[in-house]
Amino acid sequence: MSRLHVVSGKGGTGKTTVAAALALALATEGRRTLLVEVEGRQGIAQLFETEALPYEERKIAVAPGGGEVHALAIDAERALLDYLQMFYKLGSAGRALKKLGAIDFATTIAPGLRDVLLTGKACEAVRRKDKSGAFVYDAVVMDAPPTGRVTRFLNVNDEVAGLAKIGPIHNQAQAVMRVLKSPETAVHLVTLLEEMPVQETADGIAELRAAGIPVGGVVINMTRPALLDNGDLEVAARGARAGIAKALSQAGLGGARRGGLAERLIDPLLEQAREHAERVELERTQHAALTDLGLPTYELGLLPEGVDLAGLYGLARDLRKQGPI
Amino acid sequence: MTSDDTTLDASAPWLEVDALIDDPRTRIVVCCGSGGVGKTTTAAALGVRAAERGRKVVVLTIDPARRLAQSMGISELDNVPRQVKGVDESAGGELHAMMLDMKRTFDEIVEGHADAERARAILENPFYQSLSAGFAGTQEYMAMEKLGQLRAGDAWDLIVVDTPPSRSALDFLDAPKRLGSFLDGKFIRVLMAPAKVGGRAGMKFLNVGMSMMTGTLSKLMGGQLLRDVQTFVAAMDTMFGGFRTRADATYRLLQAPGTAFLVVAAPERDALREAAYFVERLAAEQMPLAGLVLNRVHGSGAAQLSAERALAAAEALTEGLPDRVPEDEAAAPEADDDANSSPRDGGSPSAENLEPAGIVDLADGKTGSRTPGGPSPAAAAEHATSPSAPAAQLAAGLLRLHAERMQVLARERRTRDRFTALHPEVPVTEVGALPGDVHDLAGLRTIGDRLALRPGETEV
Repeated sequence: MSRLHVVSGKGGTGKTTVAAALALALATEGRRTLLVEVEGRQGIAQLFETEALPYEERKIAVAPGGGEVHALAIDAERALLDYLQMFYKLGSAGRALKKLGAIDFATTIAPGLRDVLLTGKACEAVRRKDKSGAFVYDAVVMDAPPTGRVTRFLNVNDEVAGLAKIGPIHNQAQAVMRVLKSPETAVHLVTLLEEMPVQETADGIAELRAAGIPVGGVVINMTRPALLDNGDLEVAARGARAGIAKALSQAGLGGARRGGLAERLIDPLLEQAREHAERVELERTQHAALTDLGLPTYELGLLPEGVDLAGLYGLARDLRKQGPI
Repeated sequence: MTSDDTTLDASAPWLEVDALIDDPRTRIVVCCGSGGVGKTTTAAALGVRAAERGRKVVVLTIDPARRLAQSMGISELDNVPRQVKGVDESAGGELHAMMLDMKRTFDEIVEGHADAERARAILENPFYQSLSAGFAGTQEYMAMEKLGQLRAGDAWDLIVVDTPPSRSALDFLDAPKRLGSFLDGKFIRVLMAPAKVGGRAGMKFLNVGMSMMTGTLSKLMGGQLLRDVQTFVAAMDTMFGGFRTRADATYRLLQAPGTAFLVVAAPERDALREAAYFVERLAAEQMPLAGLVLNRVHGSGAAQLSAERALAAAEALTEGLPDRVPEDEAAAPEADDDANSSPRDGGSPSAENLEPAGIVDLADGKTGSRTPGGPSPAAAAEHATSPSAPAAQLAAGLLRLHAERMQVLARERRTRDRFTALHPEVPVTEVGALPGDVHDLAGLRTIGDRLALRPGETEV
């Protein structure tokens, strides 16, 4: 079973929400998870309705059954300073480096160093053990960059390892890569039942596989129930108009005769039904395309009023119900 | 660009897209916003519309969906604009489109600024290869660089640019500056000539810090990487002036009056929050914001019927219905419905005529007899003549669907109102949601029509 869950997905598919729900789901029954943010957006803090996360691991939620979710917003600059401090005892020289722009240079421009630091920090948390030799976190969930960039982000360690052929960065990159390519890691992709996110999911899986990074499951997010389908529309098309008008009228929505309030509702209502049926049909096609990928899929329903804390717990429950992820 | 008399509501002026793209003074339109809000589609739709309204347009896209790229004929990455076929050029316009090839753009800058030998040294440097293949900021910078090139060529009336799918919508604004400060940085100097820095007694601390730092870096990255970086930096040195000038020029270009920023968002909390940040940031940078494009907005032709009433009516309809009857019975009325419309059922009364029976039936509460125990003969007889059960069921379904739509509408309006309350000065245009994805010119035209639609107007 994987212990590092990397959650990616096309922009707008709700990967931060899914990552948070997954961290909650994995934390039940007294377990402890770490939810990691790498892009400095403070999305986790917003979801859990707390103030901005500092660069330190802190408990942000309790899961049913006594589990705990901890969170960390990794800041590449701070991670580099930590790293230097850990290996070289830099002290105030670290500040001098910062003043010179070296840290800025290293974390924004130096090839992949930033990404090594971010993934390295997550891998460190995965492997961290307490005094008794037990893992500090049962699972680490990373809210990763979007699908289009995730393979490069995770695989960057390979690139850095190729660039820096010796030295601690090289060793660090190698160590990180060993974790990322092991069965300990699973990259999950979040998608909607729309063409572009599904296409990106398929492309992303191919890229991850080509890079030798293990793919976990596909989370289909924001699904909506099909209230009507083409069959119903056919009934409507077969001349049930008058019947619908009567029914609407009978339900107290006005007159059913031509020009009556209820009768005038029919065209717009049927138009909405046609759009709905078209969408249901598109979603069916996309669902089939996802099933063809041959990966475990999980479905999370749309929360019409947006995601709040209660909704997040609901999503975690739904994930858990769908089996181990 | 905006007009006060036609407003979405009291606080949001309308963004007149046609006035914007028709204005010969508008030379650059930048579409920005967070991921997944339809930036690329908006940029392409604006391009098609502007071209069909007579302007010579080039659309620079960063990462279009495959089918959209194919439909515009730009699936090959050759880093030059290609004319898009199928665009109506009768108004004298043209549409060209290109997809950014980041590495190639970078290579071209190097080739354009260094002699052949130096260029080769740079292009072969592992550090350069890694940097140009797309690490943080390169894509954003190259998009701005390409924009600068297209603008400098002056071959286009209008350049529409789509911004990269950044981790934040603000990244691309920072990229040119970041590169500029990187190239100006003391750190570069240190890398290039560690021995030359410091020297004077007063600089001693700095000097110690630096030698310690380069030593550390050497240890950290490995001597070979540091050498690669130093070689790269040295080789690029002659180009730095050029790079910096270009970065500055691009930045000024974005501030120029001919540029218009369109912030693209979907009516969702996160996307609009990002849009608000962006609006504030553009103001701080004195960059000209034209307005907000709110994509995928839902409407309803039956907005007079509220979600609550629709749900209550749906409930009333299903309560009166045998919705818990066994399958076979539930299927029977549909067969009746078929029979009613069948010509074999000679002289059958029209559905309209049958309706009152159904209503009487329901109003009388006789439906209570249609229990799972099996239909009473009376109920069966009613079924034989009345299509009202499936009609009522269908009506209830339509009403539930409508209630869902109205809830979506209300939510979208709330999110939008939150934005307009914060930024009442920002003109807005709303684009109605389409059921499916857009991947052809016809779809882009539809989007273009919707972009230009005056609030309250409906499509013809």
